[in-house]
Amino acid sequence: MEVACRKEKNTVIVSVKGRMDAVCTTNFEMILDEQIASGETRFIIDFGGLEYISSAGLQCILTTAKKLEPRQGDLVLAALKGTVKEVFEISGFNSIFTISESVDSALAVA
Amino acid sequence: MQLLSQKKWPARLESLYESLDSVSSCARALGFNAERIGELELVMEEVLVNIFKYAYGGKEPGEVTISCSEDGGNLVMDVVDSGVPFDPLTASDPDITAGVDERPVGGLGIYLIKKLMDKVKYRREEGRNRLTLVLFKSGKTSPLS
Repeated sequence: MEVACRKEKNTVIVSVKGRMDAVCTTNFEMILDEQIASGETRFIIDFGGLEYISSAGLQCILTTAKKLEPRQGDLVLAALKGTVKEVFEISGFNSIFTISESVDSALAVA
Repeated sequence: MQLLSQKKWPARLESLYESLDSVSSCARALGFNAERIGELELVMEEVLVNIFKYAYGGKEPGEVTISCSEDGGNLVMDVVDSGVPFDPLTASDPDITAGVDERPVGGLGIYLIKKLMDKVKYRREEGRNRLTLVLFKSGKTSPLS
């Protein structure tokens, strides 16, 4: 899994590519932890390049959201597609998180 | 029913990709589409990671045997381990309407298995857990309907 961060409009955009599974979620969690530790509270996760997510990946997103709650943070999940989108729907994650069609539309309301 | 492959793997995370590849290539050979193969990989990851993490209680890792068979165009997978008895089908479903605060981290994997597979059956026999999963080639009703 590749994880890249950039900042726009006071929001950190985290782009993930490849697979978020039991083997490779550590990378994502570590990078997000560093960003939160450095005081960032507003995040958009760009799933446009993500091909696969399992429950390990979902747990990782939930853990990040739990860390942001007491900081009044903001987490928007953008550009979900295919099986990744299906997994978010089945698990009900699409109703507990703010979902956006694209990074641009998420930024427009940021 | 025709056996397509039977392989034994050490029950540890390092076996994940190779074992998933082996199952996916059976599905590919049977002409399953990419979307179904994606769902299959997801279900098999959830099944296998549970075994890797819990079946052998952190002791010297045991083994897991995966058999893939074809039955009337559908894919039948038998996953067998000699770990502690565990029937994933008895696990209660998570509350998928709970918010971020109340939502426990975990419990989703088994729910995904039940939602995405067309048939799942568990048996404990001769000191082994045997989970049989069936994926229909077509005609799956949407898990959301």
